[in-house]
Amino acid sequence: MSLLSKLKEAAVCLKAGRVTLPYPAQAQPVPPKFRGRPIFDAAKCIGCAGCANNCPAREILVFDVCQEVRILKYLGRRCTYCGRCADVCPEDAITMSHEFENATNSIGDIQQKLDLFMSTCQRCGRCFKEPSPLEQLKLKGYRFDDLANEQWIFRSQAYLTEEAAVDDVKIELD
Amino acid sequence: MLKNLCQKMFGRSLWVYHANSGGCNGCDIEVLNVLTPYYDAERFGIKLVGSPRHADVMLCQGPAMRSTAKALQRAYEAMPAPKLVFAIGSCACGGGIWFDSYSVLGPVEKLIPVNYYIPGCPPRPEAIIYGVAVALGLVDKKTAPVQFKQTELPIPRYHPADLEGRGEMVVYKKIEPV
Repeated sequence: MSLLSKLKEAAVCLKAGRVTLPYPAQAQPVPPKFRGRPIFDAAKCIGCAGCANNCPAREILVFDVCQEVRILKYLGRRCTYCGRCADVCPEDAITMSHEFENATNSIGDIQQKLDLFMSTCQRCGRCFKEPSPLEQLKLKGYRFDDLANEQWIFRSQAYLTEEAAVDDVKIELD
Repeated sequence: MLKNLCQKMFGRSLWVYHANSGGCNGCDIEVLNVLTPYYDAERFGIKLVGSPRHADVMLCQGPAMRSTAKALQRAYEAMPAPKLVFAIGSCACGGGIWFDSYSVLGPVEKLIPVNYYIPGCPPRPEAIIYGVAVALGLVDKKTAPVQFKQTELPIPRYHPADLEGRGEMVVYKKIEPV
């Protein structure tokens, strides 16, 4: 009885075959809907900062150097790869790639930084879409996130000093 | 230097200790998935141990939390001297999606020194194996910081000084005729 059960168990084990994936020797394809690291395409990006306003982890920072130059910085430390930035991007400049081999020994290796030239809107100076009407009222056209300390600032209290990078900035600031 | 040290110290097999300091259990499942027959990390000598005193490597999941900060530091101090710390998942790497709440202090590197980061929410089991392979010096890391800079302004800048009144309209002085 017990010998028969052992034999049956051995048969089950032999029938199962080998299940171990040959990962390190041979890469396995990821599922088609897998979301890996977001890749920012600077050629397509219009700098609308919709990704920065929608990121739940606040990992995309925006800094307006002057009227024409906007810095977009993706840090990626606590990015959960939710894909909301890619969803909201009107120009499809952000693609969720299939890259998952992002292991690194310094966390700064994951970040992406874009220096973008912005065209000026004659009406408001800066056009971008806000998530809700309340936030549209609260946020001004300019964003000054803290790039040095890598912090997202919801509403900047900072006003530019008198020595601005260009002259026409203080026209747009109230 | 760290890589050489790793290859020298951890040449044979790594015994890993698996510390969750308040994560959602997603990364735990992926780490345990690495040890299942599908990914079979024990063929590389990676073995899960139950005590930090037996371990070479600490796999940290979850952010540094107010309630588990002391326990995590004590577990780190209990590990014998050549030790590595892996931060697995976006909580351990950067504080997670609730980085600004009261009970979360931030990434685990606020409490203990971290050697390798494996971002992802959760990272795939392959990504964890890849991170261990990077630490052992078997493969090179693939990520590098990306910076893009536009060098030419594609549009004319309208300085107020360059605007002049001409009859009934205001025109831009330096405009190039097309």
